[in-house]
Amino acid sequence: MAGLAANTELLRKILVGFVRDEVHKVGVRKAVLGLSGGIDSALVAFIAAEALGAGNVHAICMPYKSSNPESEAHARLVAQACGVDFSLVPITPMVDAYFGMFPDADNMRRGNKMARERMTILFDHSAHYSALVLGTSNKTELLLGYGTLFGDMASALNPIGDLYKTQIWQLSEAMGVPSEVIEKKPSADLWAGQTDEEELGFSYRQVDELLYRMVDLRLTREELIGEGFGPEFIDSIYKKVQNSHFKRRLPVIAKVSNRTIDRDFRYSRDWGK
Amino acid sequence: MDFTAVLAQIKPKLGCVDDNLALIEERIGQAKAAGADLVVFPELAMTGYFLKDLVPEVARRLDSPEITRLVELSRGISIAVGFVEETSDYRFFNSALYLEDGAIKHLHRKVYLPTYGLFDEQRYLARGERFRAFDSKFGRMGILICEDMWHLSSSYILAMDGAATLLCLSSSPGRGVEGETLGSAAAWQKLTATTALFLNCRVLYCNRVGYEDGVNFWGGSEYIAPSGESVVRARLLEEDSVNALVEEGALRRERIFSPMLRDENLFVTMQELRRIERERRL
Repeated sequence: MAGLAANTELLRKILVGFVRDEVHKVGVRKAVLGLSGGIDSALVAFIAAEALGAGNVHAICMPYKSSNPESEAHARLVAQACGVDFSLVPITPMVDAYFGMFPDADNMRRGNKMARERMTILFDHSAHYSALVLGTSNKTELLLGYGTLFGDMASALNPIGDLYKTQIWQLSEAMGVPSEVIEKKPSADLWAGQTDEEELGFSYRQVDELLYRMVDLRLTREELIGEGFGPEFIDSIYKKVQNSHFKRRLPVIAKVSNRTIDRDFRYSRDWGK
Repeated sequence: MDFTAVLAQIKPKLGCVDDNLALIEERIGQAKAAGADLVVFPELAMTGYFLKDLVPEVARRLDSPEITRLVELSRGISIAVGFVEETSDYRFFNSALYLEDGAIKHLHRKVYLPTYGLFDEQRYLARGERFRAFDSKFGRMGILICEDMWHLSSSYILAMDGAATLLCLSSSPGRGVEGETLGSAAAWQKLTATTALFLNCRVLYCNRVGYEDGVNFWGGSEYIAPSGESVVRARLLEEDSVNALVEEGALRRERIFSPMLRDENLFVTMQELRRIERERRL
């Protein structure tokens, strides 16, 4: 599909320019990001290193005790490959202290808590280094809501939020992300052996083909069926996008005045920049 | 007559009129020093693009100190520049000025305010209601502001009104990364080249660069000869400045070689447009 085959040279130029411009215009020189060992954060690290200079990018790996040891090894490999600063902040003590009070919590609560724990660490380092937090959520997971609100979805700038996973693979290859990281199965790494595609019930390539036609090309349900997508797959993905929309919006404010933030009080975030 | 035009591909700061005016002055100074006759700036060069509720704050009246300053600067070089105009009845326009020899030679108010996709201009701005060609030291010209050019009638009217040079001031967001070149750049290049070719006009296209809330502006400012050929093009996505030597001879030769404009039948066009207008009223 031509639409998902990106011109990686152009993409690289736009995204590197984006990070450089948007970081510098707020008056700082640095960025901080969480490096999981997966492909999305690896790609952001490469983009940021090129945009700001590797010495101005601080990557933090934040494993939990159940994280696959390979993830930390891959995070180190990525940091080494693009030259960014690297540090390790394990989250086991904080997360275990909390769930000591709630031992019955299920996997979802635990996963969300870990994502939010990492967020607080990144934003703390943001203040510490005078650095902006870079987001590492791609368009596929943002559309599906496959992320934690105020956790991994929280950031100051997200260079890859308009790239489908399929395009993440292409750009990562073009930018020299280590092949081990590109080739391994995507995983949220919440428990041993977990993979995104198993948990979601479909492959990223499948869902990207559908999302691209549904969201970007705005094909109707009938047209999508005509292109060979199963009605149940279409409907379930549409529902996922719809039901997770709250995660992509600011909290809803009850309107009582004439100028309510974001409704009739409207300014770009780059106001004055 | 031959003249040299500089296309000032700048990166304005959103809502910072003073900073942008300083930037514009600097580029005017450089163009003057280089001996250019005309310097063209992008749409909303004085304000930035995604203004939203900032529109009334950054708007300037034609007699404001900022515009007066630019008019003064036009004594040594002609200037085309975009800004937000406030009128005495408190309307706000996405406007462009052509300044020459210390005077306002022409004011164009953007007619086609895009309000779709990522655009929201008509929510904040009033709509201009005319396309008029005007006389400059370098012949008869017409001004278009970005979306204006996507309506065939705009360039057609200006050409019928005698404009041989179309100045297009733009703040075009970059999108479409599937092809050989950026999607919006490819579309614009087709448009400006085709417009020049159809109307035997030259096009001076000036687009901005920089990012606003993650949206990139792609630059690629260019001079297109009346043959439709791109003579000089600025860099993609980076601040730049290009000099275009606009040759009178090229216009004359093209109009001899393919006299479409001479043969254009305004009578037939008007007759049919009037008929369509009548029928639409029914």
